[in-house]
Amino acid sequence: MSKKATAAIVGPGNIGTDLMYKLLRSDVIEPRWMIGVDPASEGLKLAADKGLISTHEGVDWLLKQDELPDLLFEATSAYVHKEYAPRYAEAGIRAIDLTPASVGPAVIPPVNGEEHVGAMNVNMITCGGQATIPMVAAVSRVTPVSYAEIVASVSSVSAGPGTRANIDEFTRTTSAGVESIGGAARGKAIIILNPAEPPMIMRDTIFCAVDPDADTDAIAESIHAMERAVQEYVPGYRLLQEPQFDGPNDFTQGMRRVSIFVEVEGAGDYLPPYSGNLDIMTAAATQVGQHIARSLIAGQS
Amino acid sequence: MTDINTLQRTWSGTHGDEPFGKLDLRLTDTCLRDGSHHKRHQFTAQEVHDIVEALDNSGVPVIEVTHGDGLGGSSFNYGFSRTPEQELIKIAAETAKRAKIAFLMLPGLGTKDDIRAAQDNGGQICRIATHCTEADVSIQHFGLARELGLETVGFLMMSHTQSPEVLAKQARIMVDAGCQCVYVVDSAGALIMEQTADRVSAVVAEIGGQADVGFHGHENLGLGVSNTVIAARAGATQIDGSVRRFGAGAGNTPLEAFVGVCDKLGWTTGVDFLKIVDASEDVIKPAMPEECQLDRMTLMMGYAGVYSSFLKHAGNAAERFGVSGAQILLEAGNRKLIGGQEDQLIDIALMLKAKQDADAGANA
Repeated sequence: MSKKATAAIVGPGNIGTDLMYKLLRSDVIEPRWMIGVDPASEGLKLAADKGLISTHEGVDWLLKQDELPDLLFEATSAYVHKEYAPRYAEAGIRAIDLTPASVGPAVIPPVNGEEHVGAMNVNMITCGGQATIPMVAAVSRVTPVSYAEIVASVSSVSAGPGTRANIDEFTRTTSAGVESIGGAARGKAIIILNPAEPPMIMRDTIFCAVDPDADTDAIAESIHAMERAVQEYVPGYRLLQEPQFDGPNDFTQGMRRVSIFVEVEGAGDYLPPYSGNLDIMTAAATQVGQHIARSLIAGQS
Repeated sequence: MTDINTLQRTWSGTHGDEPFGKLDLRLTDTCLRDGSHHKRHQFTAQEVHDIVEALDNSGVPVIEVTHGDGLGGSSFNYGFSRTPEQELIKIAAETAKRAKIAFLMLPGLGTKDDIRAAQDNGGQICRIATHCTEADVSIQHFGLARELGLETVGFLMMSHTQSPEVLAKQARIMVDAGCQCVYVVDSAGALIMEQTADRVSAVVAEIGGQADVGFHGHENLGLGVSNTVIAARAGATQIDGSVRRFGAGAGNTPLEAFVGVCDKLGWTTGVDFLKIVDASEDVIKPAMPEECQLDRMTLMMGYAGVYSSFLKHAGNAAERFGVSGAQILLEAGNRKLIGGQEDQLIDIALMLKAKQDADAGANA
């Protein structure tokens, strides 16, 4: 293997195209293929301009080639990924899944980014999950979280047809991630699509239920540390307010509630900065892809 | 002189005339859903039983029962339910002799599993609400509801924010997905008479003949009944209200008052005016923590176009951080927040507090 792992991006939509720009800057990944199904796709044209092999003949075309990618980033839909995931694995291609298909283990870079570098398939959960689960983990590494609830508000224009057609997948996959990676005993996810003009920047609120006598200073410190960890790959990720502590009272069902408010402004690679929800997804996938690429390169040398 | 009694169409009855005979308008009471906001989601099983019994006995054909924010609404963000909503739906279904029990769900919060559970507990009408530009998130849920044999209703929330043309297109998306009645929902109580009529007319023009059109009003500018009368004249055949306004914001269209108006106009609703007035005094009033009022906070909601269920949450945040609740609501309007974004009210309160502290510092 050369010094860089080769990669194919499947799905030249908003996510796939934004991801391409991030991968083009990577020192361990070379994006070589952009795979679509629509010859008129803007993303395919942009990829060709950047020197990628671009095709509208779909993944079936890619899998017939003599040279296959080391990595494949899936930016289509959960249904497509579920169908093709076994074939990628058969062909020895490492898949990084940006759909909520949940075929492989879920990864949140600052929480378990390097845990699954050996897996044939890893899942990036959802945009809301990438933005909020780090904060649930920031609380749960300090004190047990009996319940965590996240509210993701994104601009309508940044919610693609896949999200809209399968909004249940979003809530299900995200709440499962709040539990499995965030470390909450029980998780709940809510998504709001707001059509305001100009489009709103992604905002997320994370509520965690903790013991009434939990150490609030330690929790706040952990939250700030997590903000910095996410900022390493998403510079526009920021706390809007200091973490708030409420209760226990009747309305918190006797629990102490930690409230965390964040905003996610995108890097503006291909998508406008307000779509931080998409940016955090492609930035996280790039991080995870790079971890896998480094392990592949290390294995070769 | 205009004949004020003329209705353009009558209730087409997706499920026929039984058991109420021929109705001009089919009414849904939402005390036990929109009223859940006013009650801070603290309904007891006994209250739900008593209210359903009284409404059913008055001839109300549809009674909606769910957490205020719909299935799955029990949460930090919207408030936890005292009694699980599925239990309340079950009690309502067991209590009602003639009325159908409806339940609400918001895609992005509730899921298909919640719809299945509500049907298992006796819910017969699935009402699916989206913000009025986001109807396509409801497609999978309408598909499921029809597959399950549920009657379906679609809610276009915050209808004041969009033109009649936009609403008509969004209504079309819902109907194509399997929705049998699309409601123009004035979630903020911000529509003014002709604006209501224009929106209802546009939706009727788009989907009339294939599906019914409904209207859901709020009292934040005191126009609940007026808007509803004009909506009916424009072709809305399904109408929401809450007895004694027991609802969100300044409350919903007072259903008993609307029944009285319909009697005067000769519009058949199947509801007995005297019985529903008794129910209001004897059963609904005792279950209310206080009357729904047209006051500074609720007026601000109608004026700034704010989602009615923000009321209690804005009040909580104002008290918690020592800032003005009315200012929180005005800022919610500025930020163009939509239903479901209750969490942002805390952010607004903290922003106002920081500004207040900075001003105090400057003056010190």
